Amino acid sequence: MSDRETPYVLKVSSQKASLWKKEKPLVSHLDVELTERCNNNCLHCCIALPADDLVAKKRELSTGTVRDILTEAVSLGCLSVRFTGGEPLLREDFEELYLHARKTGLKVILFTNATLVTPAFAALLSRIPPLEEIEISVYGMHKNSYEAVTRTPGSFEASWRGIHLLLERKVPFVVKSALLPQNREDVEEFEAWAATVPWMDDFPSYSVFLDLHCRRNEMKNQTIRNLRPAPEEGVEFLARRKEKYLKEVGTFCSKFIGPPGDSLFACGAGLGGACVDAYGVVQPCMDLRHSQTLYDLRKGSLKEAVTHFFPEVRKIKARNRDYLSRCARCFLKGLCEQCPARSWAEHGTLDTPVDYYCEIAHTEARVLGLLQKDEKAWEVMDWKERIRDLSQIDHGQMQRRASWT
Amino acid sequence: MDVEARLDAVYAPSEDIVARSIEGELIIVPLVAGIGDFEDELYSLNETGKAVWDRLDGKKSLKEVLAELSAEFDAPAGEIEKDLIGLVEELLRRRILVAVG
Repeated sequence: MSDRETPYVLKVSSQKASLWKKEKPLVSHLDVELTERCNNNCLHCCIALPADDLVAKKRELSTGTVRDILTEAVSLGCLSVRFTGGEPLLREDFEELYLHARKTGLKVILFTNATLVTPAFAALLSRIPPLEEIEISVYGMHKNSYEAVTRTPGSFEASWRGIHLLLERKVPFVVKSALLPQNREDVEEFEAWAATVPWMDDFPSYSVFLDLHCRRNEMKNQTIRNLRPAPEEGVEFLARRKEKYLKEVGTFCSKFIGPPGDSLFACGAGLGGACVDAYGVVQPCMDLRHSQTLYDLRKGSLKEAVTHFFPEVRKIKARNRDYLSRCARCFLKGLCEQCPARSWAEHGTLDTPVDYYCEIAHTEARVLGLLQKDEKAWEVMDWKERIRDLSQIDHGQMQRRASWT
Repeated sequence: MDVEARLDAVYAPSEDIVARSIEGELIIVPLVAGIGDFEDELYSLNETGKAVWDRLDGKKSLKEVLAELSAEFDAPAGEIEKDLIGLVEELLRRRILVAVG
């Protein structure tokens, strides 16, 4: 259980899978989407509503209800909550919710664009730390590129002001970005700066293959589709540090590869965690908003959702014929981002193959040397031989095997 | 900060932490900065530590706690005292525990 033991007190990290000696708690992590509103208007965003959308604001959970949800999660053993949005700092009661979470013994993960970080809020985070690094989305290193993405005048200065306040107060944070044509030229500069952030122990992560809008807004989806890189282009970006990429993806694939059959939920959605949207709907995954997978918290409890509703959701089987003939038989399942949430966003169903992600997975498989040109993974019979020893792979040999063709 | 534990003193959990019991584990979550060596650090106590922690209620003196432990574990107080003092001093040093009064 411990990574560093002293004679009497054990220091533990809640990141460790071995934290629990006996049973895991019913809910070990909770995501709370405090609002769908955002003060930015990012081109690629899969959720944001305008900050001044009063109808959305009125529908949002009250302070008391969010506090009650957090309290119930704590009673179920929850150790960490992620406050996300939209921009969670738009909530006027954010500080109260944050303090409630911390005082009930939760670690807090905050997803933010940092534009609304004030000196007082940075001081609060310094005094009562979230115990998890804040995750800040940075959309560019220059006003032109940044605001070409956010489409919000003044957002560049506001974000960097917030970031510097956190740096001054030594509040731990990490930065991440989305790869877009508007900020593509900033990548090297961004990574060089990110390396100076004291809490960054790796390169920043990027959203490369952009998710469609979680409420299936078709106008928004047309914009997002136009921003998406071609599979080869996106994979080339991901694999630009080839040895690191091959090692990470190879290790991951060796654990999570093989045909899933007709089981739709090969991921951990609804296992030991839950997501609450801005209006009180509980979901097994924050991106999955198909009606079959939603539980109305106003008519029940978090405990009921995780003990009875989620297990039923996870039993849902694929019925789509195309899915059964392709995805169900495809050994790239662990490599492919096809999942019920993506099927929902793209097609409004739980089990329709998403060709974009299929092409990406096939491109990555070719880079890993698992597929030849024009091969379809679901037609490969000797996949076990191909993935053998993927985790102990000789990366030099793998680089020689790897092919872009 | 005085981190020397005294048998005649009374100790209680600090208000700078939140102590939680989750699935049989005692998890101590820092509330304010500076409790842990690292920002994401939590603490736990083993079974013996938990038996001590449960008695550090801001009412009993450490001497009374020692007597209770001696009876519960059927061991001479002299054998338990060193571990009890060691644990309390470590908790005091980490600001997880405070002296009362």
